Amino acid sequence: MIEIKNLSKTFRTTAGTVEALKNISLTVNDGDIYGIIGMSGAGKSTLVRCINMLERPTEGAVLMDGQDLGALTQKELRKVRRDVTMIFQGFNLLMQKTCLRNICFPLELAGVKKEEAKKRAMELLEIVGLPDKAGSYPAQLSGGQQQRIAIARALATQPKVLLCDEATSALDPKTTHDILELLKDINERLGITIIIITHQMSVVEEICNRVAILDGGVVAEEGEVSEVFANPQSDAAKRLVFPDGEEEVVPVHPGERVLRVVFNGAMAAGAPLITQMAIDEKIAANILYASTKCLGDKVYGNMLLGLPEEEETVQRAIRYLTKGGNVLVTEVKENVQ
Amino acid sequence: MFNKMFSPENVAEALTILKEEVPFALWETTYATLLATAFAILLGLPFGILLVVGEKDGVLPLPKGVMYVLNVVINLLRSVPFLLLMILAFPLTRVILGTTVGTAASIVPLVIAAFPFVARLVESSLREINPNIIEMAQSMGASPMQIIVKVMLPESIPSLISNFTIAITTILGYTAMSGTIGGGGLGKIAINYGYHRYKYLVMLIAVIILIVLVQVFQSVGTKLAVKLDRRVKH
Ligand SMILES: Nc1ncnc2c1ncn2[C@@H]1O[C@H](COP(=O)(O)OP(=O)(O)OP(=O)(O)O)[C@@H](O)[C@H]1O
Ligand SMILES: [Mg+2]
Repeated sequence: MIEIKNLSKTFRTTAGTVEALKNISLTVNDGDIYGIIGMSGAGKSTLVRCINMLERPTEGAVLMDGQDLGALTQKELRKVRRDVTMIFQGFNLLMQKTCLRNICFPLELAGVKKEEAKKRAMELLEIVGLPDKAGSYPAQLSGGQQQRIAIARALATQPKVLLCDEATSALDPKTTHDILELLKDINERLGITIIIITHQMSVVEEICNRVAILDGGVVAEEGEVSEVFANPQSDAAKRLVFPDGEEEVVPVHPGERVLRVVFNGAMAAGAPLITQMAIDEKIAANILYASTKCLGDKVYGNMLLGLPEEEETVQRAIRYLTKGGNVLVTEVKENVQ
Repeated sequence: MFNKMFSPENVAEALTILKEEVPFALWETTYATLLATAFAILLGLPFGILLVVGEKDGVLPLPKGVMYVLNVVINLLRSVPFLLLMILAFPLTRVILGTTVGTAASIVPLVIAAFPFVARLVESSLREINPNIIEMAQSMGASPMQIIVKVMLPESIPSLISNFTIAITTILGYTAMSGTIGGGGLGKIAINYGYHRYKYLVMLIAVIILIVLVQVFQSVGTKLAVKLDRRVKH
């Protein structure tokens, strides 16, 4: 478990002081895939760098399983860093070393014997799906492959926590999806807690179970991803959930009831859900807003549906939509306009 | 002058001198250059590393005073003209080798002149490293020493080789210069015959051999740097 307690970070430069983080408190539980999302300059990188003390917090503490990381000596900290590893937007591979040597690198640092390190690296190459790239150099790999090598490297010391700072921002949507799948798989199979920093809502939608929205150095909103999606409270959250501005696109007819449907990786195979509902249940839903996309055979994103007034129809629609799983439906009570 | 320079008797005379003296001079120049470069790298490399890692936000910050002294000493040695430095180094050379003449003796001032230069070259090579790579190593729990040995040096090998090639060609020039005040090699031949005895043809040929040597060192160095650079797809 990682607890961030009243953490603040102020940068003092010749150009003036920047309060990058202000009184942040968050708890990341074991096994979470925790998203930290925010606009550029919100302080995301600073926050993640404070978690492994690459950046010393000005105030507050980071506790890992109750241990205050700020109180550790450099040597103790280096040891903790084997448990909290990191992947980066720019991959940061050693360009003059083969993929195998790159993966061996953290093991070498930890003093693991060469043969043993190599064996472990080969296993990891298998896990990330690149067993044939052991002898290749990073420059010979695509971006997605390089990030896989970086992930394998980050897993080498069998960490408890994996920090990802914009790990998919340099990749195309398909590759992003593949990498996120890999991270999810790692989370499930190896039980590694993952903290993902991103500015893309789609990344959070796709794999996170909890999310914190960072805005101007403060946590604007925090909670289960499905909740935050279904009912964004803060302006920052609304901006992220409805990047095009919800208001303009939602003309609600008088008496109409509105459901927010959040697709969290529902199967998109066969006929689209809304059309299917019209056929099966004879409910004609009015699509007021839709921001969904298909990744592989799954749907992500959310939709606002206008439904007739009758309670029975609304309940029936909710049951129908949630039947297949990975779809979250809530009624929007407040005025969406 | 040129007519006279290439007259049959001059050419014949030059050829005999060259046949007798050039092979040995070439050997002297080459070994003085290589040995001086090796020592200059041995000394310059750690200084160059310190210049980078010892900075305020480097991986092994050193006291400000230490960095200041380091920089001043290197700049001082770099600003003294080589010929003067060689003369100034005579006492030291005598202590180390017991003599101030000969090729071996010229290596001492060569090293003194070249190592600060090498230190600056190493510094510039190490500064080319992407700071994110160093941060990556820190995030994985690397100690400052591990960062230097396992990250900074291996990652900058192509750049270091290019810069060492510059060093070797510069030192070759110094070696030739040292021939004028007691050192051996091609520089000595050029000065002795060309300047003191007006045998310009001999001087011309000695200079041409020096040029060829520079070319050889440079192209071997460049090839090696490219070959060892894994960032290039080949
Ligand atoms: N070393 C530093 N010195 C001074 N200011 C800094 C430093 N690092 C970050 N900042 C400032 O802190 C704020 C937050 O920066 P940070 O890099 O954490 O943002 P971010 O959310 O990661 O943005 P992006 O999405 O663009 O990466 C910015 O205003 C930035 O200018
Ligand atoms: Mg950032």
